[in-house]
Amino acid sequence: MSNYNLTHIKELEAEAIYILREVFAQFENPAILFSGGKDSICVAHLARKAFFPAKIPFPFVHVDTGHNFPETMEFRNQYVEELGVKLIVGSVQKSIDDGAATEEKGKNASRNAIQTVTLLDTIEEHQFDACIGGARRDEEKARAKERFFSHRDEFGQWDPKNQRPELWNIFNGRCHQGENFRVFPLSNWTEMDVWQYILSENIALPSLYFAHERQVIRRSNTWLPVSDFITIADDEEVVTKKIRFRTLGDITITGGDESDADTLEKIVDEVASARQTERGNREDDKRSETSMEDRKKQGYF
Amino acid sequence: MTQEKTTPHDNKGYLNMELLRFTTAGSVDDGKSTLIGRLLYDSKSIFADQLEQVAKSSERKGLDHTDLALLTDGLKDEREQGITIDVAYRYFATPKRKFIIADTPGHIQYTRNMVTGASTANCALLLVDARKGVIEQTRRHSIIASLLKIPHVIVCVNKMDLVDYSNEVFEQIKEDYEAFASKLEVKDVRFIPISALNGDNVVNRSEEMSWYEGSTLLYTLENIHIGSDHNHIDCRFPVQNVIRPKTDKYHDYRGYAGRIASGVFKAGDEVTVMPSGFSSKIKSIDTYDGAIDEAFAPMSVTIQLEDEIDIGRGDMIVRTNNKPDAIQDIEVMVCWLNGKGPKPRAKYILRHTTSEVKAMIKDITYKLDISTLHRNEEDKEVGANDICKMQLRTTKPLLADSYSKNRITGSLILVDEGTNETVAAGMIV
Repeated sequence: MSNYNLTHIKELEAEAIYILREVFAQFENPAILFSGGKDSICVAHLARKAFFPAKIPFPFVHVDTGHNFPETMEFRNQYVEELGVKLIVGSVQKSIDDGAATEEKGKNASRNAIQTVTLLDTIEEHQFDACIGGARRDEEKARAKERFFSHRDEFGQWDPKNQRPELWNIFNGRCHQGENFRVFPLSNWTEMDVWQYILSENIALPSLYFAHERQVIRRSNTWLPVSDFITIADDEEVVTKKIRFRTLGDITITGGDESDADTLEKIVDEVASARQTERGNREDDKRSETSMEDRKKQGYF
Repeated sequence: MTQEKTTPHDNKGYLNMELLRFTTAGSVDDGKSTLIGRLLYDSKSIFADQLEQVAKSSERKGLDHTDLALLTDGLKDEREQGITIDVAYRYFATPKRKFIIADTPGHIQYTRNMVTGASTANCALLLVDARKGVIEQTRRHSIIASLLKIPHVIVCVNKMDLVDYSNEVFEQIKEDYEAFASKLEVKDVRFIPISALNGDNVVNRSEEMSWYEGSTLLYTLENIHIGSDHNHIDCRFPVQNVIRPKTDKYHDYRGYAGRIASGVFKAGDEVTVMPSGFSSKIKSIDTYDGAIDEAFAPMSVTIQLEDEIDIGRGDMIVRTNNKPDAIQDIEVMVCWLNGKGPKPRAKYILRHTTSEVKAMIKDITYKLDISTLHRNEEDKEVGANDICKMQLRTTKPLLADSYSKNRITGSLILVDEGTNETVAAGMIV
């Protein structure tokens, strides 16, 4: 009997595949939120496994802030083509042009918060009743309270005090017209699990995750990449550093770490000994103690 | 407070780790948050920026030490009110195991959260304040652990530092607990004297309690035998989806996707599909990584059968000589989760494995007092956090086992048709 044990990675994989299949069964019109970051790439990989030998039965939705790393875009386009799935792009620029969203001003302006507007509009336009995302509970304290099936009202809002209890492996995805769910198959994964999984499955990633030379400036204790979207102050110096990114958000807010880790093995070793959380370099989370909680309540994922 | 973060993951062993899910029950005063903070901190699962945040918060509160309990601080409302309003999930790993903690609040009104956390746990950690001993809350948590059939219970007798690390106090609590627990169905109970505040017997052995010869808490969590927690005997495969690629390469492919609830399935096995009762053989067990010879709980696989049978979601593939019951009159222990209680003969949507039927509450047999185990047959007014025994009648038969035999095919939820909320969790008797 003792041979019938799964390793924790295999158990997490089985759980995520189960969730993805439940989404397919319980919803009319689900989609995968695909950012081109490692977590959504993992979700896509798991979806491929869940429905094999059939194709992934969900379109991919990318909320395009217009402030992307070019490498992420390239990866996204190539991956979507390889999988043969439909890509739907929600444009934050369009939301701004239409007057639905207002761009932030100032030195640290970012389009992170207004993504929510575009996301909610895209969900409404395409009538998605479930959006599958790669968020994990270990990322942030507001996310620690998330469900696998996270219910959102017709305004896309999350109400942490009124969540549906999730018992055993029975998931309740019933909702009224106009309401929808966010579904998080990686809820129980940690950053380390994701990297171990990427290593053991040999999953392709955007080159940004691997150490590379890049022009950067020092800002808020991190190396911020130089791009057309940031304004460099007079007292800020552009230098070339060997860095890699632990998470991929907008190019305007994602800081890199100095690193020599240019292979998956080296990255796993680096993550294992990391002393900072991966979101420690994300400006969007640093704004206040409750910035993630506040954004989630408004419809962020 | 500084700490060198050495890694639990730096060996290749990481890929061979097991997963242990445990729940923690206890109130704020029992030092539950401090204990979790201590486990995370001493197992070096805390990152520098997290610790920095906690140090800052401690300072803001005017404390002269870093309060590890703040590591488990949650949402704004919770911080303001100093309570936990919902199940929070936390993660840590040692070179032996990865742990998922379902951290549930201990207040009386939060039975539903404890039940939720307990439903997926291999192990329950119960906290007892050494100064107070076994109190009503301890009994309530134990009864829930027993109802939910959590295989292992660890009673942590905390705050030993406040009773002079007394062996007598510990033994007395142990005796009291055992006397009470003899009425419960908990297979494996262990007792550990700890001080979460000082770290005694949490990760490191206590120097103050040389009389204690057992293991530390972390060692116990790392070594509890969980290999038998899954049912590997009764083969149950609830079908989630039918996979039909309809591509040139897989033109006639028809696979049944699902997660094995229990048992071990092998290619070539004689199986019966329920409820239709048709028999066939397993042609292959498929995964993205290729066909495999056998599959067991909790693996997610796709099964192909030799014969073409009409199968859909909600059907169950089982071994021909070991079938679940197909029942429409169902006796369940229910934990009511919703503020709105059931009306007599109320109808609900019932979800069980991958099937959905309608159900009517035919009778409430009794309400269980979860402090005393008293069965109240007079007062049958059921509200949130009540536990009761019910008789349900469903529109179609459920393919079910008793919960004590099978946590997956023995569990169900009730959903309100109007609000779509999950209103009750049920365990089939």
